Amino acid sequence: MSLLDPVWTSLLYLAAAVCFILALRGLSSPRTARRGNLVGALGALIAVVTVFLSARLENIPWILAAIVVGSAVAAPVARRVKMTQMPQLVALFNGVGGGAAALVALLELGHAENAWVRVAIVFTLLVGAVSFAGSGVTFAKLQELMTTRPVVFPGLPVVMAVVLVAAVAAGVAVVLSGSLPLAVLLLVLGLAAGILLVLPVGGADVPIVISLLNAFTGLAVAASGLVLGNVLLVVAGTLVGASGTILTRAMAAAMGRSVAGILFGAFRGGSTAGSTAVSQRPVRSSSAEDVAVLLGYAQRVIIVPGYGLAVAQGQHTAAELAQALEARGIEVDFAIHPVAGRMPGHMNVLLAEANVPYESLKEMGEINPEFKTTDVALVVGANDVVNPAAKTSSGSPIYGMPILEVAEARQVVFLKRSMRPGFAGIENDLLYEPQTSLLFGDAKDSLAQVLGAVKAL
Amino acid sequence: MDGTALLTITVLAVFVGFEVVSKVSSTLHTPLMSGANAIHGIILVGAIIVAGQAADPWVLTVALLAVVLATANLVGGFVVTDRMLHMFHAKKDVARTGAQPKAGGR
Repeated sequence: MSLLDPVWTSLLYLAAAVCFILALRGLSSPRTARRGNLVGALGALIAVVTVFLSARLENIPWILAAIVVGSAVAAPVARRVKMTQMPQLVALFNGVGGGAAALVALLELGHAENAWVRVAIVFTLLVGAVSFAGSGVTFAKLQELMTTRPVVFPGLPVVMAVVLVAAVAAGVAVVLSGSLPLAVLLLVLGLAAGILLVLPVGGADVPIVISLLNAFTGLAVAASGLVLGNVLLVVAGTLVGASGTILTRAMAAAMGRSVAGILFGAFRGGSTAGSTAVSQRPVRSSSAEDVAVLLGYAQRVIIVPGYGLAVAQGQHTAAELAQALEARGIEVDFAIHPVAGRMPGHMNVLLAEANVPYESLKEMGEINPEFKTTDVALVVGANDVVNPAAKTSSGSPIYGMPILEVAEARQVVFLKRSMRPGFAGIENDLLYEPQTSLLFGDAKDSLAQVLGAVKAL
Repeated sequence: MDGTALLTITVLAVFVGFEVVSKVSSTLHTPLMSGANAIHGIILVGAIIVAGQAADPWVLTVALLAVVLATANLVGGFVVTDRMLHMFHAKKDVARTGAQPKAGGR
C-alpha cells in the first residue's frame, strides 16, 4: 500500500538530492559548513520518510526497530568520541556504509532480471566489501590495535593478484549464473582484497586511504541505486564518489604524495624500511627551567603542536604559555601543518576545541619563511611534520611531504614522551642536532612545568 | 526509469561532485570527508526497500543488519560532522582574553 503518488515520490527524492548537493557545497567553506551539514541531514530525513510513504513495505515494525538500534548505537558514540579519535570513527562509519551496500546487493541478486543488473550487483558487492574490510583495517591502525606501520610480507603481491583474479572470475560467474553461493564467495574475496589493499599502507597515509575508501563506498551506493532503480541513491552515491576522489587527490597533493604511491609504494620495497630500533646517538635533554630561560629571553617563539599535545589534552596549557610569553613582550605563533594530528585539518579542530585564538594559528606556507628569524621553535608532541628527512632523504617514506622548517630556527626544543619514532615510524635526525634540546615527559605536564618556570623568571 | 536517463543523471552527478568540492582548503578536508561519509549512509533507503520486500526470515535478518549498519553510517556521520564543525564555530565566538582580537577573520 503506498500513500504517495509516484510523481510526489520523485519530487521528494529530487529535493533530497538537492539537499545533498547543497550540503557538499556548504561543507567546502568554513562559514557555511555547519549549515551545509544540517541541510544534508534534512535531505536524509526527507528521503527516509519518503521511502516509508511510497514503497510497498512489509515488516515495518522490524525495520523501525533496526533503525532505532542503529541510531542508538551510533549517536552516543558520535557524541562522546574524543576529538583525537575522530579519524578512526569516520573510518568505522564509512566501513559500515560499505557493508550495508554489499548486503543490499547480495539480497537483490534473487530479483535481478538481466545480466546488466547483475553486473551492477557484482560491482556493489565487491567494492562494498573492499570498503568494509579496508576501513576495518584503517580503524585498527588508527586505534593502534595493530601497528601503524606498513605491513608487508613476502608474496603479498602474489596473494593480492590471486585474490583479484579469483574475484574477477567469481564476478563473471555470478553475472552469468546469478548463483547466490558464488556471490557469497565474491563477498569473501572482496573482504580479503580490502584487507590486503590497506595492510601495506602506513603512518600518515592512512587518512588518505580512508578518503579513498569513502569514495569507493559512494560508488557502491550509486551502483546499488542502479540495481534498485532508485535515482536518489544513484545521485548521492555518485556525488560522494566524485567529491571523494577530488578530496583524496587534494589530500595526497597536500602531502606531496601520489595516490598510486600511497597504495602500492610498499610493494616496491625499500621505501617502507623506517626504523623500529631507537638510535643510540646522544641527545641533549634539558630541564623545564632551561626551556623557560630559553623561551623567556627570546624575541620570537613559534609553537609547533602535534598529535601528542592533543592526546595529552595540553592545548589549554599551551595557550596559557603563549599568553605568559606574550605578556613578556615575546611574539608567539602556532605553526599548523596541514596534516598535523591524524588527518588534514585535524589539528585545527583540536586547537579550536581548546579555544586557542584563531589569529595565532598560522598555516605552513605562511609561517615557514619566519623560522629563520625565530629564536626558539617549541615542538610539542609533533615529529613527522618537522622531520627534515622529508626533504633530504629520498628513501624515506615521508620523502616529498612538505614540512614545517623548524630546523631553520636558532634553537629547537622538543617536548616528547620518549625517543619512540612518530606515526610514520621513522627516526628524526633533527633530534640529534646541536641546536636541539629535548624535554621528556607528558606534553601537558611538561608544558605546565615550563609555564610555572616562565612565570617565576 | 530507462537506462539512458539513469546514465545521464549519473554523468551529470559526476560533474556536480567534481565542481562542488574542487577548491576546498585543507582546513576543511576532515569535516568534508566526514560529511560525504554521512551522505552515502543514504544506502539506508535501499536497505529499507530490501527489508520491506523480504519474505524469507533469513533474507529479512540480513536486510535488517543492513538497515542497522546504514543507519549507523547516516546518523553517526551527520552527528560527528556537526561536532567537528561546532569546534570551528566556537573559535570565532570565544576569543580568549589576552589575545589581541583582529577585525574580520577568515
